[in-house]
Amino acid sequence: MSEVILAVETSCDETAAAVVEGGTKVRANIVASQSIHRRFGGVVPEIASRRHLENIPVVVQEALDQAAISLADVHAVAATYGPGLVGALLVGLSYAKALAYALEKPFIGVHHLIGHIYAGFLEYPDLPLPAVCLVVSGGHTALLYLESHGRRYLMGATRDDAAGEAFDKVARALGLGYPGGPELERLAGRGNPAAVPFPRAWLEEGSLDFSFSGLKTAVLNYLRQEQQAGREINLADVAASFQQAVVDVLVGKTIKAAKRAPAVRSLLAVGGVASNEALRRALSVAAREAGLPVFIPRRAFCTDNAAMIACAAHYQYLRGEFSSLDLDAVPHLPLVESVVESPMGPLGP
Amino acid sequence: MLVLGIETSTSVVSAALVDAEKLLAEVYLDSKEHHSRRLLPVISSLLGEVGVKIKDLAGIAVALGPGSFTGLRIGLATAKGLAHAGGKPLVGIPTLDALALNAAGVGGLICPVVVARREEIYTALYRWQEGRLRCLVSPQAVNPSSWVLKLASYGEPVYFLGDAVMPYRKVWEELHERAAFLPSENALPRAAQVARQGQIRLSRNRGDDLFQLKPLYLRPSAAEQKA
Ligand SMILES: [Zn+2]
Repeated sequence: MSEVILAVETSCDETAAAVVEGGTKVRANIVASQSIHRRFGGVVPEIASRRHLENIPVVVQEALDQAAISLADVHAVAATYGPGLVGALLVGLSYAKALAYALEKPFIGVHHLIGHIYAGFLEYPDLPLPAVCLVVSGGHTALLYLESHGRRYLMGATRDDAAGEAFDKVARALGLGYPGGPELERLAGRGNPAAVPFPRAWLEEGSLDFSFSGLKTAVLNYLRQEQQAGREINLADVAASFQQAVVDVLVGKTIKAAKRAPAVRSLLAVGGVASNEALRRALSVAAREAGLPVFIPRRAFCTDNAAMIACAAHYQYLRGEFSSLDLDAVPHLPLVESVVESPMGPLGP
Repeated sequence: MLVLGIETSTSVVSAALVDAEKLLAEVYLDSKEHHSRRLLPVISSLLGEVGVKIKDLAGIAVALGPGSFTGLRIGLATAKGLAHAGGKPLVGIPTLDALALNAAGVGGLICPVVVARREEIYTALYRWQEGRLRCLVSPQAVNPSSWVLKLASYGEPVYFLGDAVMPYRKVWEELHERAAFLPSENALPRAAQVARQGQIRLSRNRGDDLFQLKPLYLRPSAAEQKA
């Protein structure tokens, strides 16, 4: 039997615990969402931290029960240590470190975004490498070159808002609830994506970076203009056009990255925004044209969960990369710290 | 009957081990380092020095607050993790009760004061009577100036201790000769008191529910206050 990892994830407003065997067999994946934040229109850090502390033993026990194991059967304990809300991270991290210490088992600290990437390997363990990976969520938008497990290169990242953040902000401007992404997607489904020509920020020639704040401003300006002119606004058209602008850039840059990086054999898209249907469809079409297989985990693995953390921890476990008990939460843990700089200099031309 | 005590309500990280008769080991660290970096290594070295493992414990006691929200959550999450993994009983001890015990034996009132945000303090009032602590005013968040007026009305000496002694010393000195201060070595919360209170409670009952135990915040979050 391969190793069993218990992982916890508390970087934002989901208290999550999972039991994963051998990096692929998800024996339990429990996510307790904190719906209380909805009435504040966003995540309130102090409330999130309080709820995590109340939820964490329950969620861990539920994961163990569902996996039908006891803590004694666990080979290692993993937890997200950043990036995220510091007070929220500290609850899961402190709990997991204490479990590992008391069980006399290794502890493995996991980078939240590396966790998102490993949602891909959780579902597709034989995903061919090298791959180009689009990480797209409420907090992050980045393109990575995954050469092998443990060798990653950053190819591009957002210079301002993350794509998911733009979704949330535009959703609020359209009068939709929080979290805005899924609500906006639902509304966009009834609109015409070509109705309003919102700008696509391709940035300077050859850049693989992203920028979404200009697009968000363009949507806000459009809404104000139309209101002032007394014209009726078709909100579904605005939502669809905005979504299309985001999708075009995400897909365009992912394909560009795949053409530039050496020996790419597949594409991967992960993170909360990767659960967006329009993005999944557009990326599949573009990948087929480029002759590359594309892998996108199911929705439950795209949004924050602990199974992805357990999967990332599995590869760290195999490499013997364990963390010490003084590991601290790092709210702004950079992606580059866990990404190897290219030995060949910047990839491609 | 070995009980591990954990105290992280203030800038101090402390862990201690007691048995039914005496204090066996204690670590007290007031450093700038984050509690999350310190706490488990401190527990690990403390237990390592005396050759005790989590499985040897009769239970785990943890300071519940009031105090620093983040400190309390690190302490409680750690204590819960240890209790969960070890299958051990968990006991929450109010921080101000444990702190007041640093002044056990004094004649007069015992007033622990702990820094809270927004110009307030967390405090309570006790008296040492017939060999034990009696609580006169239960823990609350108050403004120091209005609190000192209430203390003055007792007309007795008041022994202050806690991390809000220094920042508000001028306010406490409004009691003139009736204001007394504990030596700095006894002024901040220590895990030995938490462990002892936990040991006493565990000798009488089963302790608290791992799944239910919460810190004594004494305050809703700012967002909930506004709502
Ligand atoms: Zn995430």
